[in-house]
Amino acid sequence: MKTRLLTATAVAALCSASAASAQSNELTLCWAAWDPANALVELSKDFETQSGIKMNFEFVPWPNFADRMLNELNSGGQLCDLLIGDSQWIGGGAENGHYVKLNDFFAANSISMADFMPAAVYAYSTWPKGSENYYALPAMGDANGWFYRKDWFARDDIKAAFKEATGRDLAEPKTQKELLETAQFFQGREIDGKTVYGASIFTERGSEGITMGATGALYAWGFKYENTPGKYDMEGAVNSPAAVEALEFYKEFYKTATPPGYDNAYMEQSLDAFKSGQVAMAMNWFAFFPGLYADPNTGGDKIDFFVNPAQNQPASTLGGQGISVVSYTDNMDGALEYIRWFANPEVQKKWWSMGGYSVHNAVLNDPGFKDSAPFAGDFLEAMSAVQDFWQEPAYASLLLAMQERLHNYVVADQGTAKEALDGLIADWTEVFEDEGKL
Amino acid sequence: MPNPLDAAARATPPTVARRIRGLSDRAIAWLFVAPTIFLLLAINIFPLIWTVRLSFTNYRANRPNEEVEWVGLRNYIRILTDDGIWANMQTTAHFLFWTLVLQVILGFALAWLINRKFKGNDLLTTLIVLPMMLSPAVVGNFWTFLYQPQIGLVNYTVELLTGTPANSFSMLGPGGYAPWSIIIVDTWMWTPFVMLICLAGLRSIPDYIYEAAEVDRASKWRQFWTITVPMVLPFLMLAVLFRGIENFKMFDMVVLLTGGGPGNETLLASIDLKREAFEKWRTGYSSAYAIILFVTVFGLASIYVKALNKVKER
Repeated sequence: MKTRLLTATAVAALCSASAASAQSNELTLCWAAWDPANALVELSKDFETQSGIKMNFEFVPWPNFADRMLNELNSGGQLCDLLIGDSQWIGGGAENGHYVKLNDFFAANSISMADFMPAAVYAYSTWPKGSENYYALPAMGDANGWFYRKDWFARDDIKAAFKEATGRDLAEPKTQKELLETAQFFQGREIDGKTVYGASIFTERGSEGITMGATGALYAWGFKYENTPGKYDMEGAVNSPAAVEALEFYKEFYKTATPPGYDNAYMEQSLDAFKSGQVAMAMNWFAFFPGLYADPNTGGDKIDFFVNPAQNQPASTLGGQGISVVSYTDNMDGALEYIRWFANPEVQKKWWSMGGYSVHNAVLNDPGFKDSAPFAGDFLEAMSAVQDFWQEPAYASLLLAMQERLHNYVVADQGTAKEALDGLIADWTEVFEDEGKL
Repeated sequence: MPNPLDAAARATPPTVARRIRGLSDRAIAWLFVAPTIFLLLAINIFPLIWTVRLSFTNYRANRPNEEVEWVGLRNYIRILTDDGIWANMQTTAHFLFWTLVLQVILGFALAWLINRKFKGNDLLTTLIVLPMMLSPAVVGNFWTFLYQPQIGLVNYTVELLTGTPANSFSMLGPGGYAPWSIIIVDTWMWTPFVMLICLAGLRSIPDYIYEAAEVDRASKWRQFWTITVPMVLPFLMLAVLFRGIENFKMFDMVVLLTGGGPGNETLLASIDLKREAFEKWRTGYSSAYAIILFVTVFGLASIYVKALNKVKER
């Protein structure tokens, strides 16, 4: 009996040991649930083959992504070994100890940040901003861009009507004001017996939508968060005359050139509006462009893309993410191994070919890059002039305040643009005072 | 054949049996309720006390390494002097008041109609209660489509009835319709619940009371006001209590419908609290916010329960 008991115990111990070993030979990568994530699953099969490490994925829909992942980090959860987190999380990730600082690892493995696009490194990897402390490897470059119905723009009857209405040729808008004029031209127009509208823009209230949309206009007009970087002196920058004009412009755009009921719209609604043939133009992240181009109904010859038009300066709202190692991982070696593999130029080239937006110089500086996709050139142009929201540890409070102020003014018709931006300064000042930075 | 109970009694070690036999009834009662009390303390009371404690600090759950400072009443003062929070409270009160009024009137009316015997009564009752069986997430999503200006049934119906173009207004957008839109959805979903409770009340009224009233030649109108309403009132008040508490903490459906917008027009206190606690991570501040909401609900509910008991005693 005793012998049987001992044998059973030994077998159980062996089983649990092998299970533990299998556990440590797995990695879970967390990201948002969208097209590029599916591409990454395919790409990561090469890593699995090479390393013998099994990859698991936790993809959360965008509206819940920040909530879900920040809760996970703040609770010290071990769900994610690797996290492709939003650029704005880098400050909190670094200061609260959620992300592993990667400088030593990069140095030991000859991974140079000089091999990546500087704007992406600045936005996705560094904290404090501009320092050489790296908490992520740039994983997915992204910016807010535009796409339009190329087939409608090419029709003679529409071109003639546009020329008559505006006195200029119908073409991709070169300025924000041209963009609005073009959208207003299409607003309510009958095309093939169907009423269509100007453009779908971001107006969403709950997460980050209206901020990401309106900053496309604000940055183009020259909006700045501070007069002096790092000083939090916002008066005169956030509420400058140019910023006021830009915000008034965005409201006019919403009121005069978007489909009815477009008062709480973000990425998904923008895609739906375009794919269903409701709008002539739409804003959205470059990450969606490969999928849009492949769409059987509105893609291919019917679609083309353009960078966010300049006004006083060229500027695009930054999207995209870096990949970080979560400090609570129980498979640190495996997670770092994945980063080392992902930084490889050949892997980066394959990443771009599969629909991921690599920002590695080996990809971007390739002579054939601009012609590799109809939006590749626009992507390069957009990434050369990107601006991002605050990346402070308190970014969520700062973002919520901006969401509220912008939505109140643009959608809910409350107050003036100046009052909205003045109120925003008051809100942000309170946040920075709470943070001990003012 | 030996009795299995005797066998079990014999198998019980004599020491244990003696020990149990030695317990008083009170001790045995405590033994039975102790696990429940322990769970209540652990799950309800301790977190409540801990929340009260946190509400006097500047604690942030996302910064465990930061020093926690005792800030006294600062969080409470900031909340009670914040115009935005008072506006959210007013939005919540508006939502609460109108949903209760509409659900009570419609729920009672439906119950009164359903209480009559007619063919298809059971089928109709089942159909009426269907909305409350749905998940609020599902309800929020499909009402978003119903309210959609271009393809939604609501705008289409308004156009059909009034001639107002469907595209010219948005039920969830600016124009002041959004607070009413969420009231309509909640009323659609939860009126059946009030109806069921009222139906239970109506069916509990003995027929002989109405028969006696008939003998006394009381009119139907008088029977309604002197028999039906007073006897259903305790049930109705119970339904109001349940719905009031539920709607005070309404969250999911409104988030899905409007996200609190346009602007802050539908920003209920519960949505604001969630943002403070789990998006801004101002744990101390949001604890104070939660305590204020808790005291408000608890205070109102206590007054209400006292009134309910008085009505029952009548």
